[in-house]
Amino acid sequence: MPHAIRQLLKNKLAVFGLAMIAVFAGAALVAPLVSPHPPHEQFFDGLTLQGAPLPPNAKFLLGTDLLGRDLLSRLLYGARTSLIIGIAANGAALFIGAVLGIVAGYAQGWVGAVIMRFTDLMMAFPALLLAIALAAIFAPSLWIVALVIALVNWVQVARVIYSQTVSLTAREYIEAVRSIGAAWPRILFFHILPHLWPTLLVWGTLGIATTVLLEATLSFLGIGVRPPTPSWGGIIYESQSYFLDAPWLVFFPGVCIMFLSLSFNLVGDALRDALDPTQRGRG
Amino acid sequence: MGRWMTRWMVIILALIMTMPALAFATDAKQGGEMTVTFKDDVATLDPAIGYDWQNWSMIKSLYDGLMDYAPGTYNLRPGLAESYEVSPDGLAYTFRLREGVKFHNGRPMTAEDVKYSLERTVNPKTQSPGQGFYSSIKGFDAVTSGETTDLTGVIVVDPKTVRIELSNPDATFLHLVALNFSFVVAKEAVEEYGADFGKHPVGTGAYKLSAWNLGQNLIFERNKDYYRSGVPKLDKITFEIGQEPTVALLRLQRGEVDVLGDGVPPARYIKMKNDSQYADNFMEGPQLQTSYITMNVKMKPFDNVKVRQAVNMAVFKERICKIINNRAVPANQPLPPAMPGYAENYDGYSLDRGKAKALLAEAGYPDGFTTELYAINTDPNPRIAQAIQQDLSAIGIKVDLKTLAASTVIAAGGEPDQAPMLWSGGLAWLADFPDPSNFYGPILGCGGAVKGGWNWAWYCNEEIDAKAKKADAMSDPDLVDQRIDLWRDIFIEIMEDAPWVPVFNELRNTMRSDRIGGSEDFFVDPVFRPCNYRYVFARDAQ
Amino acid sequence: MIRFLAKRIGQAVAILLGVTVVTFVLSFLMPADPVRMLAGRSATPETVESIRRELGLDQPLPVQYVKYITRLVQGDFGRSYRQKTEVSALILSRLPATLLLLLGAIFFELLIGMPAGIFSATRRGRPSDNWIMAFSFAGVSMPQFVIGLLLLYLFAHMLPIFPLGGYGTLNHLVLPALTLGISGGGWYSRMMRSAMVDVLRKDYVRTARAKGMTERRVILVHALRNAILPIIAMIGLDIGIFMAGAVVVESVFGWPGIGQLAWQAIQMVDIPIIMGVTLVAAIGIVLGNLLADLVMPFLDPRLQLE
Repeated sequence: MPHAIRQLLKNKLAVFGLAMIAVFAGAALVAPLVSPHPPHEQFFDGLTLQGAPLPPNAKFLLGTDLLGRDLLSRLLYGARTSLIIGIAANGAALFIGAVLGIVAGYAQGWVGAVIMRFTDLMMAFPALLLAIALAAIFAPSLWIVALVIALVNWVQVARVIYSQTVSLTAREYIEAVRSIGAAWPRILFFHILPHLWPTLLVWGTLGIATTVLLEATLSFLGIGVRPPTPSWGGIIYESQSYFLDAPWLVFFPGVCIMFLSLSFNLVGDALRDALDPTQRGRG
Repeated sequence: MGRWMTRWMVIILALIMTMPALAFATDAKQGGEMTVTFKDDVATLDPAIGYDWQNWSMIKSLYDGLMDYAPGTYNLRPGLAESYEVSPDGLAYTFRLREGVKFHNGRPMTAEDVKYSLERTVNPKTQSPGQGFYSSIKGFDAVTSGETTDLTGVIVVDPKTVRIELSNPDATFLHLVALNFSFVVAKEAVEEYGADFGKHPVGTGAYKLSAWNLGQNLIFERNKDYYRSGVPKLDKITFEIGQEPTVALLRLQRGEVDVLGDGVPPARYIKMKNDSQYADNFMEGPQLQTSYITMNVKMKPFDNVKVRQAVNMAVFKERICKIINNRAVPANQPLPPAMPGYAENYDGYSLDRGKAKALLAEAGYPDGFTTELYAINTDPNPRIAQAIQQDLSAIGIKVDLKTLAASTVIAAGGEPDQAPMLWSGGLAWLADFPDPSNFYGPILGCGGAVKGGWNWAWYCNEEIDAKAKKADAMSDPDLVDQRIDLWRDIFIEIMEDAPWVPVFNELRNTMRSDRIGGSEDFFVDPVFRPCNYRYVFARDAQ
Repeated sequence: MIRFLAKRIGQAVAILLGVTVVTFVLSFLMPADPVRMLAGRSATPETVESIRRELGLDQPLPVQYVKYITRLVQGDFGRSYRQKTEVSALILSRLPATLLLLLGAIFFELLIGMPAGIFSATRRGRPSDNWIMAFSFAGVSMPQFVIGLLLLYLFAHMLPIFPLGGYGTLNHLVLPALTLGISGGGWYSRMMRSAMVDVLRKDYVRTARAKGMTERRVILVHALRNAILPIIAMIGLDIGIFMAGAVVVESVFGWPGIGQLAWQAIQMVDIPIIMGVTLVAAIGIVLGNLLADLVMPFLDPRLQLE
């Protein structure tokens, strides 16, 4: 591990990514302290007399949204939404995917076949349509959005973990452990799972990037977290009809989404280079 | 028949006298063409089925009903009927049909076609959303239950005369035979195309469909045999589909298209309205529409009238109008100002947070309470819902927002115990026909307060229901004013019970290019949107 | 090969059948009543029930499903609840737009991804490589709707070169296709880069270099020819990702494709359309995966067709 960390820190892009993640996490944590205004307050003077939003100015540093709320404050609080959903949804997806992948890969036989045929089915399902349908079924709230995303995103994890588990199970030492009569939970926990950690860590990081984007997309389609909870995708959704006249309402949240997702992508990619032996030496 | 004291009504003359101001506009020469843009696809052009505001006016241009509205007004005038007669008990309407009316396929239209078309709408197999409008016609139940397809109340007296008998008097009946669902279709075309009739419409209307490229455009051509001479004005209308309103506006400014079907996009509204360059292009006017918040009177704490009144006093309607760029005017009663029966002198509940809090305290909620507001998730409705949320938090009511797909919101409103509050925007009541009764039955009457109904306040006041029945039975034309007065009282009485917060009446607007002319009334026509396709004309053809 | 194909087609049919079951169940789990949407605001409860009967929606779900599948295998996708038109006609009227967008997207993905990847591979480890990879990741990390809206702002509003959305001419295609191209191009450039890096290490490339062939010729002729296969496989796998992008990009640009059709159908609970579009999208994805699987063995001779 220390070797991996050293290698990670040698990668400039990864360091940049880590720094950005720290910035976003910090913003999310101290949002109540640093926000210039309450994120939900609709200021009467936050709109022009005709009801148009204000461009960046002295009182509202990044301008206001279509309800006269301070955009900067909403962006700061929006970091919370994105990070909570990113971590929760991806954690859940990782969990579901890992459990199903390990079980299918270790048990194989009909259990494995059923699970893997099901993942095949999910692979053929247009992911966003699935998410839209699920969001229509459950009235979205923060946690429901996380759940919906997890239900869509576990599939990739399950496939990767499955193939690794299959190849691990086939190794001689697992055969040996089995032959001395070790119970299967013991084998899974002590002999297989430790080898999967690098993969899980890499997917855990890269997956957050995907999750952040999916949350933003669902919010952009109007089926993300419920207002007035600030969400970057939601801010763009609410402002879309005005974007030619108030581009800042699309630009700032767009930049936030991009940098957060980019950071996790950079770190995840560097982690893969550092941890994943099958990838080492490539590129 | 003999016991009827029949009397012919000279209604045509009366109507013509009310509209001399419009006469000049109808003198415009025929010719030319225009292009209208829409964002959403056109679902169907079957008059028994089409029920969105986009195909509503297209259908009105392809088919005709027995009755019609004078352009730019909500004054009834005869359509396919040349004249009509009402029995004194109001239970029988006899329509004499015009001579020489032909379907687009060339066949003359007869009384049989009128009967066929009404039967088709009522027949469950047609799946018409308008079926229920015709429940007062004799024999309705037998047809809807599937016993027979013969609607016995519609009688073909001779090829040019049709008599419709009702089981109870219905003051709105003439509006119902001016409604799309009653429009006359050519039986042979319905039989030929079956379920695809909606894509191959054949009527008697001012235009006929000449091409429909799914998802792209529809082309209407002038019906040269139209029974009204000199109408329609245009030779051809092209409807372009899939055009974002922002794009459509730019194209109109460049002179590529002529009328904005979806109106001016909100973000551009102020600019267009105030730009003197577009003074002759920007068209704006009222419509028969109210947006409101319903409070479910069956759910705590809204079962208490004081709570409902308090909410009425807490919503800052002017600010909500500002949020949508003043594209609406604040409302204080269910009826919109343009509707007969609107109470000019009624003040409603004005914004008064102190009084609202006092009322809440009287009702036993001095510290407010927590509740839910349902609203659809398309802009600007989530924004309006958030504004309402902020207003109510000022008097201690904590509102959780449920912004969901329209279908889910409608389903929630139709359950007796699901949506304590519901914002109607985007689902809002737009009158089917210009009569106050249309704002009562389904949305405020006991009949609508059923599972799956549209009375989302679940408001059911037997006394008021009885008054409404009485008003609807006043079909004698001499009682028109009394009837409207009665309706005015009904809606004010409803406001005392405060099942709704009437929030605003949306204005409608559109833009026309320099090429298109016609009275501004034609662009804010109460029954046509974005404009009266039959009467607007091309300036280059003059 | 034939046996492989037969097996894969068998699997594909099973998967598609599964997709119909899942879609069907999900459609009916939506907390909305398709009949009420259809009947509108003036319908009486009796009308609602009679429409329900006419559509067969009063029958138990399994019965409805069996009926649906029976008609489906005869090539009948059913009729839209709202439009009454045949679903197949609706899909066919919109499929060309979506396919055009797909082609345009692939064009831009390759146009952006291939040169960037090749350039990066030949300058491995240098700052220019790092910058290109950072930009590739930035493209991948930007939500498609943000790219789309920014492109619209820049190239249709500030500099009115392209139309602000709509459909019809090649000009209309540029921005939506470019949106998907920027978003997907990042993956292609990374893929291209690692494939090129692998190939450039191979003996035959060394041989070619040793023979004194110009570097440009080595890269464009020998290396590229061998590095292109993973890209082809990628295009196959890309179809699934594209289907998701189509919903968003079509909505931003008002592109009349099947993504919009699906989105509107979900709003209206028009189940026959939801079923039809999902099935067509799934067929596209399955075919794409099949394409990828067919190409893979050429990449790695150890992977035999099973």
